[in-house]
Amino acid sequence: MLEIIDLTKLFFGLTAVDHVSTRFERGQVSAIIGPNGAGKTTFFNLIAGTHRPSSGRILFNGQDVTGLRPDHVARLGIARTFQTTHLFDNATIIDNLIVGHRLRTRSGLWDVLVNTKRLQQEERTCRDKAMEALDFVGLAHISHRMAGDITQEERKRVAFALALATDPELLLLDEPAGGINPEETVGLAALIRKLVDHGKTVCLIEHKMDMIMRLADKIVVLNNGTKIAEGTPAEIRRDPQVIDAYLGVDHAAV
Amino acid sequence: MKLLQGKTGWMLLALAALAFPLLAQNNYLISVATQAFIMAIAALGLNLITGYTGQFNLAHGAFMAVGAYTVGILTVDHQVPFWIAFLLAGVVTAVAGFFVGILSLRLKGHYFSIFTLCVSYIMYLLIEKWESLTHGTVGIMGVPAPTGVGPVQFGTPLSQYYLVLAFLALGIWIMSRIVNSLLGRSFMAVRNSDELAEALGIDLMRTKTLSFVLSVVYAGFAGALYAGQVRFLGPDLASEVVTFDLVMFVLVGGIGTLLGPLVGTALVTWLTQGLQFLQDYRMVVFGPVLIALIIFLPDGIVGTWLNGRARRADTTRGKPHA
Repeated sequence: MLEIIDLTKLFFGLTAVDHVSTRFERGQVSAIIGPNGAGKTTFFNLIAGTHRPSSGRILFNGQDVTGLRPDHVARLGIARTFQTTHLFDNATIIDNLIVGHRLRTRSGLWDVLVNTKRLQQEERTCRDKAMEALDFVGLAHISHRMAGDITQEERKRVAFALALATDPELLLLDEPAGGINPEETVGLAALIRKLVDHGKTVCLIEHKMDMIMRLADKIVVLNNGTKIAEGTPAEIRRDPQVIDAYLGVDHAAV
Repeated sequence: MKLLQGKTGWMLLALAALAFPLLAQNNYLISVATQAFIMAIAALGLNLITGYTGQFNLAHGAFMAVGAYTVGILTVDHQVPFWIAFLLAGVVTAVAGFFVGILSLRLKGHYFSIFTLCVSYIMYLLIEKWESLTHGTVGIMGVPAPTGVGPVQFGTPLSQYYLVLAFLALGIWIMSRIVNSLLGRSFMAVRNSDELAEALGIDLMRTKTLSFVLSVVYAGFAGALYAGQVRFLGPDLASEVVTFDLVMFVLVGGIGTLLGPLVGTALVTWLTQGLQFLQDYRMVVFGPVLIALIIFLPDGIVGTWLNGRARRADTTRGKPHA
């Protein structure tokens, strides 16, 4: 589904991502792990179009998406969440979510001024999509709450819902379980599994190894911008380089 | 309080505005109110780019001057009929706004504000120095009043008042359509986080440019109405003072709310008029009041009220779950 070929990003001579090649398969959970500063988020930024790669290519469903703008990438079906969840705190959850489906609508200024059928139709679609996404993440009952009043875990789920409302094929999740407690992490892992069961493909960055080891079908390990290992959780656990660079002995297979 | 909400609230406001001249019975007060309405139209526009889209534009007053000078130059020097000049004022500001927009909107946050402040000063200098076009510091005198439409004439302060009020009502109506639509949601998504908006598939440049052009068109028409009401134009109209007045109106009323710019304009104008007996010392009263307002009501009057209302609605609706 997503193929990365020899991807490199230089920031003024600093190599953030260094000749990384890998592929993410449809219907799987792929995880990217590595120490802080390994280039994980930069890697996501390159896929999502936030940064332009210095060299290398990115193919999404066989189509070359290298260097496309983020909004274009989103329209092609790649959604992402950020480490910190930006919500508009003085609005309700549902109001925060409606804009998520905007990219699939075409109403412009003219439709707004004369209130065309198309606009009315599209506004309904967006609201329905938002509600559907909220229901999917299990928060339909708080749709009317103010975004500033909900818990960290709920914010994470709302961020998922926002990404889902764009009708993506692939979701890039940047530390979805950052800043939430172990019980809630289990719940989020179940939600990610549910996404995959519903035909989505997921790629995530995460530091919580217990979660990754149970959830991921495939793990890519980055260190100093280079890929040092790639494989199933079982393979990664045994990899001496990974144990050395990141896992430590705690998570290594004994 | 229920009475003041939604459609009834707007109807009451409209009635109050319609009845005002009858109660005032005073041409001076009527022209002060007319000018306040003109500023309110410009403030509505500023609120679109700054309040709803999150881009703090400090060239807004200069675009008002562009609209005013378009009308002034066309009617006085080229004998173009007022209403044609009026429409062209909208077109000229839109075109100028488009080019300033695609340049300045590449910058974010404070950089954008500083850039637009510079643009504003350049426009001021252009108006002041380009004497062959703008009459320089002498200004443009004798701008004609809006020509009558059918039996209605716009020569008297009272008729001007209702004319400007009609445009203000139209401006509010269009603005409410925009901000309550999917388009408005795109603008607010950009304000909330441009990074997130872009990840949600919103074309940043296109969205911001559209908002910018729409906002300066409001300024342009406000300027055009100003030209027809004040009948004299000087380069001071393009000075940053006008922009900062507009910013103040929007902040006092409530940035990012539909009603905010109107409340802010009305309140600040009323306060300025009320303190006029103090002459320059009125700033001694005015300054502290403004600072207190920004500290205690950072969302402005309307913003604070709306937030409170939304929160109350949330707790009452949340009760069955508790």
